[in-house]
Amino acid sequence: MSVRFTKPVAAAMTADAREALEKAGLSRRDFFQTAGALIVSFSAAGKLTGQTATVDPPVNRVDSWVAITADNQVKGYAGKCEFGQGFKTVQYQLFAEELGVAIESVQLTICDTAQCPDQGVSSGSQGHPTQFGPSALRQALATAREALLGMAAQRLGAASGDLAVENGEVFVKADPSKRVAYGALIGGKRFDLTINPNAVPKHPSEYTVLGTSVARYDIPEKATGQYEFIQNVRVPGMLHGKVVRPPAIGAKVVSVDEASVAGLPGNVKVVVKNDFVGVVADKEWQALQAAQELKVTWSTPAALPAQAGFYEYMRRQPTRDSYTVRTDDADTVMNGAARTVAATYLHPYQMHGSLASSCSVADIQGGSGANAKGTIWSATQGVYPQRDSVARVLEIPNTNLRVIYVEGSGCYGINGADTVSFDAALLSQKVGKPVRVQYTRADEMVAAENYGPAYVVDMKAGLDASGNIAAWSYEAWTLAKGGRPNANNPGNIVTGALAGFATAPIVPAAGATPTTFNNGGNSASPYGAGIVGGRAQGTGNIRAERVLVRTIQSPFFTGPLRSPARLQNTFANDSFIDEVAAAVRADPVEYRLRHLSDPRMKDVLTGAAEAYGWDARPSPKPGNARTGVVRGRGIAVVLYEGDNGYCGLVAEVEVDQTTGAVTVLRLVASQDSGPVSNPDGIRNQMEGGALQGMSRAMREEVRWNDQNVMSQDWRSYPVFQFGMPIPKVECVVIDRPDAEHMGAGECTITIAAAAIANAIFDATGARIREVPFTPARVLAALRART
Amino acid sequence: MAAVNLSVNGQAKTVDADPDSPLLYALTEDFLLNGPKFGCGLAQCGSCTVLLDGEPVRSCTLPCSEAVGHEVTSIEGLGTVDQPHPLQQAFIDEQAVQCGYCLSGIMLYGKTFIDSNPNATEAEILRSLNGLICRCHTHVRMAKALMRYAEGRRA
Ligand code: FES
Ligand code: FES
Repeated sequence: MSVRFTKPVAAAMTADAREALEKAGLSRRDFFQTAGALIVSFSAAGKLTGQTATVDPPVNRVDSWVAITADNQVKGYAGKCEFGQGFKTVQYQLFAEELGVAIESVQLTICDTAQCPDQGVSSGSQGHPTQFGPSALRQALATAREALLGMAAQRLGAASGDLAVENGEVFVKADPSKRVAYGALIGGKRFDLTINPNAVPKHPSEYTVLGTSVARYDIPEKATGQYEFIQNVRVPGMLHGKVVRPPAIGAKVVSVDEASVAGLPGNVKVVVKNDFVGVVADKEWQALQAAQELKVTWSTPAALPAQAGFYEYMRRQPTRDSYTVRTDDADTVMNGAARTVAATYLHPYQMHGSLASSCSVADIQGGSGANAKGTIWSATQGVYPQRDSVARVLEIPNTNLRVIYVEGSGCYGINGADTVSFDAALLSQKVGKPVRVQYTRADEMVAAENYGPAYVVDMKAGLDASGNIAAWSYEAWTLAKGGRPNANNPGNIVTGALAGFATAPIVPAAGATPTTFNNGGNSASPYGAGIVGGRAQGTGNIRAERVLVRTIQSPFFTGPLRSPARLQNTFANDSFIDEVAAAVRADPVEYRLRHLSDPRMKDVLTGAAEAYGWDARPSPKPGNARTGVVRGRGIAVVLYEGDNGYCGLVAEVEVDQTTGAVTVLRLVASQDSGPVSNPDGIRNQMEGGALQGMSRAMREEVRWNDQNVMSQDWRSYPVFQFGMPIPKVECVVIDRPDAEHMGAGECTITIAAAAIANAIFDATGARIREVPFTPARVLAALRART
Repeated sequence: MAAVNLSVNGQAKTVDADPDSPLLYALTEDFLLNGPKFGCGLAQCGSCTVLLDGEPVRSCTLPCSEAVGHEVTSIEGLGTVDQPHPLQQAFIDEQAVQCGYCLSGIMLYGKTFIDSNPNATEAEILRSLNGLICRCHTHVRMAKALMRYAEGRRA
């Protein structure tokens, strides 16, 4: 049963409203610089036309998060983005719940450097743990509520403890006729408070708004085509820009023949900065034509490492090593094992492949230097880091730059959203007008993405006489180049690098025994005890562990792709535990339970198994023929990032042993992310993550030749699409009101590949150790069966 | 550039455009629509879908001159937030959206097929969406929303 709330908060914005919003931002700056000048109405801000600014509301101050107007409306400000995962709705719920106001009375602004506190980037499934954590949104609201109750106690002549709150009004419990509205207590004034770490937020068991399936605020506008995406931002006088990227990775500009576009319509201008090349024209179509016509001579760079044999190439490169766990006894226990099992897992580069080609609008005025200023509308996951890195590239003070987040399509990490904002900013700076850049599909897929990196993982287990794992070894090779942009590293993404900023290279280095346990990349398996500094901090009980990650220089830009490293590592770890279970003829669930110590981990494992109707027995499935079509089931688990969301997933597959085609029939997930904020919202994320994980496992691999990436559209980078059979997806959500809030958006995707590979093994007895599970690879695995 | 007469969601307008330029640019730059969206520009994903006299077309590759003399309908033309079309209501009821960028294709191909085949099975309806891409992979809910709409059509 979902609860409705529809509100005009994200109404489609006209240019006028957009301008007004910009002005509202300035009024908010005024609010921080002068006392008491609360929310200025849009119409009052005319004098600020064209001015841009930024403000960094201090994150530890209550006024940075919330203001209450005289008419009892709540203005909220927060720094965690909405990109289709539903987290803005959860933040609305948090405002309503913690303050005790109607959700309709809240107007929430997110991710605008002129209005919102700097919460870094919205990534890593950190929105939920951060906003409900000890120093962010929930604590600010709890502080505000305590202050309001204190004011009301004075006004009503009652003790705070005798008061209650309902719909933004405080009343005396014993005499509800004695009441005062928040607006009458604070309306138009500042709280002037630092967030109090001792303010007591509501306990999740008291929740009436959180914990319910409040309907997403944005869906009515999206379903009717009203919602304003970044692609729909229209700034008066805006021109259209396109980029012209090098045809080969590493190619440099030799010369640009501006005359080649001289006769084209649309007042075409050419912009060149080092190896950054772009064009601007009056209309988008004209800019596209000009970009295609522009003649640029590029240098011929060294050839890329060949894709055939690339995994072997990775092993031969100099590495920067890092141990997650390295116990003193790792080698001796392994060497003394009664039996060892070993296997290698391969995972390719994959891409975000956002449905929208990225887009951004920038309005940079005054060139560069202290008097230049500007505004960027961007679908970035981090408005402040983008502001600071673009400011470096443009050579203007970061405080003169404002970045306003506007939602793009689902991004799943660092897609082209940052890169395209750099492009728009560079073009706008040069032409002195607002410029919108809408990427082509190839711009997005080939020349803007920071891909999720490839992995080679060597696994080895040493078993004791009873078949339990006594020693575990993980050694992986992966790659990196660049990453998220920030003030110090504008060269972390392609535009910054083209414009002349260095991308820091991987510096080879030996790894040291760790002193703290950080399993953020899930390199350590759930079955390890994670003994670091003498303390067991993992979720399992294998004590002798060696977990070594070796990073090499990537030929392509890399960056966080939904479940970065965690997905690749979990494919290896949870396929391997399955291989070992099969080697000792144990049931996959029972064998995992033997090696787990964390009760919540056990619960998501058995929760998924029970919901599926798991029949306990070793894999492969007895009685399945070695020819024709067979079925099987597999399971996998993870504690995302080592501390941020427990999840188990059962996959059931059908394998055609003649063609190698695999069809996923059913996915049953169970998840524990602490207190559930929105049951339907978490299910939506679990379902989408499971299917996206299936797509990545079954179909996705970035391809390249000796010059450049060849995966440039949906034909050359196929994903799971409509028309293919949709598996039945079922979700079990475990609510833990007494636990800490954890992430929820990247759990099922992390374990889909392992669960599917394990199901293929159960059906056929063939182990597939390379993603994606194409028919050719499945056939090869079938042929390799003993 | 030339004067191109278009009729979109019941509104007639003469736009100044290259007749070979894709209809999508006229819809977004001249009619200021947000519903049809640029996804690939290659007729591969469906996010730019509109109806041309009731039939789904990919506006990212359809030259705007080919829309002259025909009625163009985008998802804005179906209903509003206050009065959503039953299909839009079905997507709201099922919360069948993550980012929602793909909705034009899913809704308009689904609607066209269901309106002429209200008794179709779920498998048949899904086949009518062949090739459309939802990268958030909201397939499960979208299938439910389309079935809900089909049930309403049958009732
Ligand atoms: S944008 Fe037209 S089909 Fe993709
Ligand atoms: S909901 Fe995001 S692409 Fe479909």
